[in-house]
Amino acid sequence: MPERRTILPLRTGLLFLAPAAIFVVAFIVLPFFWVAVVSFTNRSLTGPGALHPHFVGLTNYLQLFAPRTFLQPGQFGSSLLITGQFVLFSALIGQAVLGLVLAWLFYRRESWVKQTVQTLAIVAWIIPDVVVAFAWSAFLDYGQGTLNHILTGLGLPRVDWLLGVPMLSIILFNTWRGTAFSMLLFSSALGSIPPSHLETADVTGANAWQKLRDIILPLIRTHIVTDLILITLWTFNTFTPFLITGGGPAFRTEVVSILTYRIAFKYFNFGSGSAIGMIMMLINLAFALVYLSLLRRREATR
Amino acid sequence: MARVVFDHVSKHFGAVRAVDDVSFDIEDGEFICLLGPSGCGKTTTLRLMAGLEQPTSGRIAVDDRDVTFAKPKERDVGMVFQDYALFPHMTIAENIAYPLKVRGAPAKDRAARTADVAQSLGIDHLLERRPGQISGGQQQRTSVARAVVHKPKVFLFDEPLSNLDAKLRVEARSFLKHLQVELGVTALYVTHDQAEAMALADRIAVMEGGRVVQMGPPLEVYRKPATTFVANFLGNPPMNLVPVKLRLDGGRARLQAAGLDVAVDPGRASRFRDGADLTLGVRPEHLRLVPDAGEATFTGSVYTVEPLGPETLITCTVDGQLVTARLFGDEPPELGDTAHFRIDEHHLELFDDAGVRVER
Ligand SMILES: Nc1ncnc2c1ncn2[C@@H]1O[C@H](COP(=O)(O)OP(=O)(O)O)[C@@H](O)[C@H]1O
Ligand SMILES: [Mg+2]
Repeated sequence: MPERRTILPLRTGLLFLAPAAIFVVAFIVLPFFWVAVVSFTNRSLTGPGALHPHFVGLTNYLQLFAPRTFLQPGQFGSSLLITGQFVLFSALIGQAVLGLVLAWLFYRRESWVKQTVQTLAIVAWIIPDVVVAFAWSAFLDYGQGTLNHILTGLGLPRVDWLLGVPMLSIILFNTWRGTAFSMLLFSSALGSIPPSHLETADVTGANAWQKLRDIILPLIRTHIVTDLILITLWTFNTFTPFLITGGGPAFRTEVVSILTYRIAFKYFNFGSGSAIGMIMMLINLAFALVYLSLLRRREATR
Repeated sequence: MARVVFDHVSKHFGAVRAVDDVSFDIEDGEFICLLGPSGCGKTTTLRLMAGLEQPTSGRIAVDDRDVTFAKPKERDVGMVFQDYALFPHMTIAENIAYPLKVRGAPAKDRAARTADVAQSLGIDHLLERRPGQISGGQQQRTSVARAVVHKPKVFLFDEPLSNLDAKLRVEARSFLKHLQVELGVTALYVTHDQAEAMALADRIAVMEGGRVVQMGPPLEVYRKPATTFVANFLGNPPMNLVPVKLRLDGGRARLQAAGLDVAVDPGRASRFRDGADLTLGVRPEHLRLVPDAGEATFTGSVYTVEPLGPETLITCTVDGQLVTARLFGDEPPELGDTAHFRIDEHHLELFDDAGVRVER
């Protein structure tokens, strides 16, 4: 075994590491434990819990899962369902499928259409949340919105996007917002397939669907898994829909991140908000574990 | 089994004339090698045949059916790519059976046919493995198996042996030849290796700069190279090419250069003027070592001696020109010796100043 060579003495190394480590501890590790502790208390900003918070055991968690209210609008269960739909339609179906379709359509083609679509998608992905949210509010507005103007121009009826179909609105928004990532990832995955593989398929007579199913999808499987996990996590945790619908109307677009925010920072019920935060964290952890095990299994079959 | 016709086919990529006005016919069951240096348009010609490229102009026909713009799958060809293009996520059996699967053959027939082909190629013990778990030679056979499994009309090979080591290459070469004869299928085979082309082909098409400069049976191309390019490309070592001046005097013709003087039949030189610049070509095996200067055509000093077992290669410098002789059995001269060689006139080729062979 080759001797390990170090560039710096251990102590100097730690010194360089220290600033980053201090920030990580101060802003990630400590708050995490603080949230974990708070989730078992009745701490709040107002009322008796503000002055003398005390431990309430599992009360916060039991309340979240109380069967009677669980699925009522504005409650945890209902919010989870909304989040599930949001992830399914905007991330898994919207971003991933659309991203794959775009990558496949533009595979090995150079044209101004490709350049334009890619540029637009990337712009949608990189401009800041607040700017994007403002633009979408203007785009979707019932009376003055661009989209409704376009619809009327085409002789179609107006749609009350934000109040009538708020879920559809945030799903469209998030699809638009995030497709670039999947498209770029899948483009580079497709680029890594040797052209001779697809040409062999062409010569043997495979049609487009057979090529996709038999060759492309299996060859880019690991990219797909990575993409699905990442966009699931991001979409699960995203807060941006708040900037468009505020979680409403009547909690209909209140995904869990918005619920947490409402409970903790609007109702100032820190204990209950922290409990939701902890459960979100566990769900994220589960996703991450699934992801790691899928990646490991891939390495094993190699 | 099929007849293939290329009729004035060109393929341009922008300003690059990858294939430039190529015409040839391939007879049913014939094995044709496209031979030429890298970048001369061999692969592009093959891809035009497969339908992976569309010609800029010209016509391609298979069995009198015009396939110029037909899709690859409508042409019924089997192709072996240089990198074999085996699907890494499929087993060897699945790889071989893929063309059958695509065509919707029932699973039972697929398995039977796969086993059949695999056995005739000697890879039937590998069927459950994946491409990453077998050797280069086995991968090459798998790729061939996949190309033949659906009994295509035309086989296409793009340098299929170039990724194998030298020993395996010779083995695989005989095997491919045997297979093609056995299946009796029409084959178009791309290679830059002249020995491979000589060994395999019924006819060789030598390409240069997108054009077919000569097409014919291997020995004809070897013996009567149409141009100095072909002469220089075929044979290892290639034909010796020496610039000479033609001397016509009183009904007799001589070719002269420093250290070289040889008489030729005046009929062969009749269309040239006295003093014309020609190129003399002679194969290394046609240089005879002679003991003294009297009978010699030319004299040079020995530059290298390479004993190869059955033969010895002697390279001499003749007035700065290198000339190589292949000697069998003779006691070879040593480094630095002065050696005398004789060329018999019937072994001697002439090329004009454009490098085109002069017919006898
Ligand atoms: N897709 C392409 N685009 C542009 N130029 C190409 C393309 N394919 C081949 N060429 C050019 O055409 C010429 C012939 O290429 P190729 O047929 O691959 O040669 P070979 O197989 O004999 O080495 C080369 O100059 C190559 O650069
Ligand atoms: Mg090539």
